[in-house]
Amino acid sequence: MRSETSRNTRGRIISGTKSWLLALLRWALIIGVSYVIVSPLLGVAARSFFSNTDQFNPMVYMIPQTPTLERYQVALKVMSYASVLPRNLLFVGGLAVIQAIVCSMVGYGFARFRFPLKGLLFGCLIIMIVMPSHVIMLPLYMLFQRFDPLGIVTRLGLTPPNLLASPWPMYIMTVFGAGLRSGLYIYIFTQFFRGLPKEIEEAAEIDGAGAFYTYLRVMLPNAIPSALTVLIFSVVWQFNDKFYAQLFSISPRIVLSKQISGLQASVSNLYQLRDPSLTTLYLYAGVMLAIVPLLVLYVILQRRFIEGVERSGIVG
Amino acid sequence: MTASTGKGAVGRIPNRRLKRRLPLSARRAWVGLAFVSPFIVGFIAFYARGLLLTLEFSLSDLSLKPDGGYTLAFSGLKHYIYAFREHATFKQVLTSSVGNMLLDVPLILFFSLFMAILLNQRFRGRTAARAIFFLPVLLNAPAISDALDMARALLLGGTSPASATVMNAAGGGVNVSYYVDMLGSLGMPRAALNYIVGAVSRINSIITSSGVQIVIFLAALQSISPALYEVARIEGATAYEAFWKITFPMVSPLIVTNMVYTLVDSFVSSDVISLSYDTIFGAAKQYGLGSAFSLVSMIALCGILMTASGIVSKRAFYQN
Repeated sequence: MRSETSRNTRGRIISGTKSWLLALLRWALIIGVSYVIVSPLLGVAARSFFSNTDQFNPMVYMIPQTPTLERYQVALKVMSYASVLPRNLLFVGGLAVIQAIVCSMVGYGFARFRFPLKGLLFGCLIIMIVMPSHVIMLPLYMLFQRFDPLGIVTRLGLTPPNLLASPWPMYIMTVFGAGLRSGLYIYIFTQFFRGLPKEIEEAAEIDGAGAFYTYLRVMLPNAIPSALTVLIFSVVWQFNDKFYAQLFSISPRIVLSKQISGLQASVSNLYQLRDPSLTTLYLYAGVMLAIVPLLVLYVILQRRFIEGVERSGIVG
Repeated sequence: MTASTGKGAVGRIPNRRLKRRLPLSARRAWVGLAFVSPFIVGFIAFYARGLLLTLEFSLSDLSLKPDGGYTLAFSGLKHYIYAFREHATFKQVLTSSVGNMLLDVPLILFFSLFMAILLNQRFRGRTAARAIFFLPVLLNAPAISDALDMARALLLGGTSPASATVMNAAGGGVNVSYYVDMLGSLGMPRAALNYIVGAVSRINSIITSSGVQIVIFLAALQSISPALYEVARIEGATAYEAFWKITFPMVSPLIVTNMVYTLVDSFVSSDVISLSYDTIFGAAKQYGLGSAFSLVSMIALCGILMTASGIVSKRAFYQN
């Protein structure tokens, strides 16, 4: 009797220590990895407030003694933030809405209709997801440099326009479901629509709704969670995209991240600052300004971001 | 015959439906095609056409005309032969890109699965931890990281490889090479040791490039029915057994998905891509050669994707 109770308490102590140790290990790992992720961001954020004396004072680490907002004032002016940011958000947001509409339509088509060559077309979709768009960069560049689809423009007696340096190539590609990661979004919508019960549509059809009307008024409202995921990811990836912005030389006046690359050089020229350790501070302020819109979006929609992926149908 | 006329009158309704079913299904096929049509146009106009043109460019010498058009002169496999026989760096860049990719992918997959299992447990601050783990997906802007790299290079007066900086930084407190040598003399295989040291020195890039994978694994873990674990526990399975018999098979289809995602993602940011970009749009404007580079690297990627997903998906567990 007595030995049994002592064994019980010993067992409880052992299992208690074990779970306590496991929790400790878990915390150590999570804090360690979080540190690796967050520390560069914190470093940049802290240093963007450093004044000159802080920068040259080896005693100062992370917390500036004489914080200054001068870096931000200069960065705001040099990046013409107030005019570039709204344009960039409009560009990115417009593309995201087009992505959501076009990709949901295509996804619905793949999920609910039988048509000839469907298997082949779905294979094409997979190719599009997997194939890096770098393989087709030269043809794309040439296509938009002298935009003449099927020779229509020349046949009308006009000179083909050069669409490079404008946002049009991105809009055109996105409208035709070939924009940045469109394949992935189509796949997300296909998986989502496949999971919806067929009865909803049948009911609508019996009530006399046409296919497009059914899609618009019945299926799309049901797909709002997926559409939100696609909208969010489209905004984030398009905002961060460098490849297409560089390939189509989209004007820095509507792409904020392009303002970053020249920021340090412009500051050094405009203000006659030759010390790279000081111009870097302006770059840090610029980087903070460039990521703040996404951070704000993330803080607002944090739950949607992560649960969106979970519920989007990628997982099946 | 006459007796069956009555039955025929009743049976006419399904008959009529049978007659109308064909046009209906054809009509639905047309509607479906209409829904998919933007994608068809986009795929043909941008992807299929682009791929064919890239192939054509890589087999010819391209010269631009002042009005924006171009002329092609067929040159056979010249660019491919040049790429493999004479070009100074292509082969090294290709092999090192592929090698890095193959090294990174298993590490990213293991790391993200491990982290997903960790984050799937109940503990205080779980939401905050998840938010932090997803942050790299958000902040992965190549333009910004390039600018920061350049600033760092300006400060240091030159670039240094990442592994060297890690070794230097680590050298401040712990003598890494001492432990590496010690483990080596204990009989640990040199190759395995180098792999581990390499993995540790790349820990930063591994962590930052596994955000999406962690979330996908998390979703898979949450879709496993708790009843399975309950049964296993009642039958006397340990946590270790439950992992290998339940968790791992249930997430295995998503290992394939994540592997493909990781392979493509790490390929897009690899050096061979920037080499072909610079060859085409750089000062020399070698259009044919750059096209050949991108085609060769894409074929390499396709080969890896097919073999890897073939091997893994054969072992994956699918419920239906």
